[in-house]
Amino acid sequence: MKKKSRSKVVEYNKWGYIFLIPFTLVYVIFQLIPLFTTIWNSFFENYRSGLKQIGPNFIGLENYVKILSSGDLWQYAGNTLIMWIIGFIPQIFFSLLLGAWFTDPSLRLKCQQFFKTVIYLPNLIMASAFAMLFFTLFSDSGPVNSILLQMGVLKEPFSFFSSVAATRLLVGFMNFIMWFGNTTILLMAGMMGIDQSLFEAAEVDGATSNQIFFKITLPLLRPILIYVLITSLIGGLQMFDVPQILTNGTGDPARSTLTMIMWLNKHLYSKNFGMGGALSVLLFIITGVLSIIVFKMTGTDTSK
Amino acid sequence: MDKDYRKKESGSSVRVRRIIAYIVLILLAFLCLVWFYILFINATRSHQELTKGFTPIPSSHFGDNFDGMLHSTQPIVKGMVNSLIVAGLSAILCTYFSTMTAYAIHAYNFKLRKFAYTFILAVMMIPTQVTALGFIQLITKMKLMNNFVPLIVPAIAAPATFFYMKQYMDSVLSLSLVEAARIDGAGEYLIFNRIVLPLMKPAVAVQAIFTFVANWNNYFTPALVLKDEEKKTLPVLIAELRGADFLKFDMGIVYMTIAFSIFPVIIVYLILSKNIVGGVTLGGVKE
Repeated sequence: MKKKSRSKVVEYNKWGYIFLIPFTLVYVIFQLIPLFTTIWNSFFENYRSGLKQIGPNFIGLENYVKILSSGDLWQYAGNTLIMWIIGFIPQIFFSLLLGAWFTDPSLRLKCQQFFKTVIYLPNLIMASAFAMLFFTLFSDSGPVNSILLQMGVLKEPFSFFSSVAATRLLVGFMNFIMWFGNTTILLMAGMMGIDQSLFEAAEVDGATSNQIFFKITLPLLRPILIYVLITSLIGGLQMFDVPQILTNGTGDPARSTLTMIMWLNKHLYSKNFGMGGALSVLLFIITGVLSIIVFKMTGTDTSK
Repeated sequence: MDKDYRKKESGSSVRVRRIIAYIVLILLAFLCLVWFYILFINATRSHQELTKGFTPIPSSHFGDNFDGMLHSTQPIVKGMVNSLIVAGLSAILCTYFSTMTAYAIHAYNFKLRKFAYTFILAVMMIPTQVTALGFIQLITKMKLMNNFVPLIVPAIAAPATFFYMKQYMDSVLSLSLVEAARIDGAGEYLIFNRIVLPLMKPAVAVQAIFTFVANWNNYFTPALVLKDEEKKTLPVLIAELRGADFLKFDMGIVYMTIAFSIFPVIIVYLILSKNIVGGVTLGGVKE
């Protein structure tokens, strides 16, 4: 660059700012301003009680006190976490297993492309339509019940959506089906990045494939596993479409499947902006902390 | 070279492991596909047949159900057109401007460059839901409620797509190419459109598909923004189907409606699956 005159370089570099204008403009208007007004709202009492509009009155941190001291937040946070865990455990288990198999040269699995295509497919399906499909399939008179009756497993239809465990399991199961293909592909990329000579050396030393997996693959995958864990947790906090459609927004039975974002959605519909704001800010903080961990772990290089 | 090692591990143990692997893979593939198979079967059956219980054989009422869906109380076809408009325009704007943003950071050496890059990465993980409250208030003030604009225009600022484009650009775009074009007298904007964009085609294609699918499937924001029946996108209509007293519905039509919103994506995916599955990790994970 030094060959050129300085003014010419500066003139080029001005284009860096010009090309950033669309992003900056749209980001500020549709993300940054809403973020600040959301935070601003959280300090006000502002809701409707019947036909009467209460507020907006400045009340400081009272919304936060109210939200943190009410049992609702902890219940809904618990619901979200439980359903995330139900989905995440099989997801990480099968992703590791499949990743190890796909990348194992001694297994030489056939039809790999077919299996990868199939397991990734549910990730692209409209979550709301998928949930609606599950609702019809598992309804009292739906095909699952009729199959189980025909096979003689059940004497009378089982009401899946009146059972806390069954509904939560269904939500977790759908999350598992929708995400394990994606996780498998991410982990495979990590596994293929491991130096092949390590595996060869271990085989020469007589290590079994189990030993290789637990002593070499898993420890070397740690950063990518943590990345998967945290991003999945961030995604889990945003769980909405599936339980919302499956339970028609009620989170029934007994609000046991009501997630944090479903609760936020309720506040938005009832125009309870104070509480909605406080809840948004809490979610923002949790996501922020988790993101910082991701960046620290993956060491994303911003110096370039 | 690993032949001699393989001899050590007895051939039978590999065979057993291979059989287990195939069984598990087939079971998982079954778990992924069976729902869509039942959906397809049920979309071909009439309401009466459906109430009698499940059979794995398709029936002959596909046409009836399709016709019933077209004339149902919900504007499903209009919903599909709306979804196509929103998802299509979002995908175009998102990929074009994300590439432009990535190019600004990649090719120019301006004062705020590092700050801009760090900032975009830092905000990458912020979920849209946490700003939804302010977003709804803002577009109400801008009189954009019940309008496609707040669903399409925000796609211009997509940090995750930007990150993918930046990663890809680092590996394919050398600045000497840009220098050469400058010497030939090309303007910066022309260089971006004529040289940089074509080079980025593979990344643009992958991200266009992902952005399209994400917007096609998006339910949260459209449900808050779109109020008129005629403006609603498919996910919002599907949710309504659940909200109504659904036992009164013709179940054949319900299944057909779900199928109608799922199968287009499946077909497109099967055609493009190689690019999509390969593209997931192309620029996504940094090691």
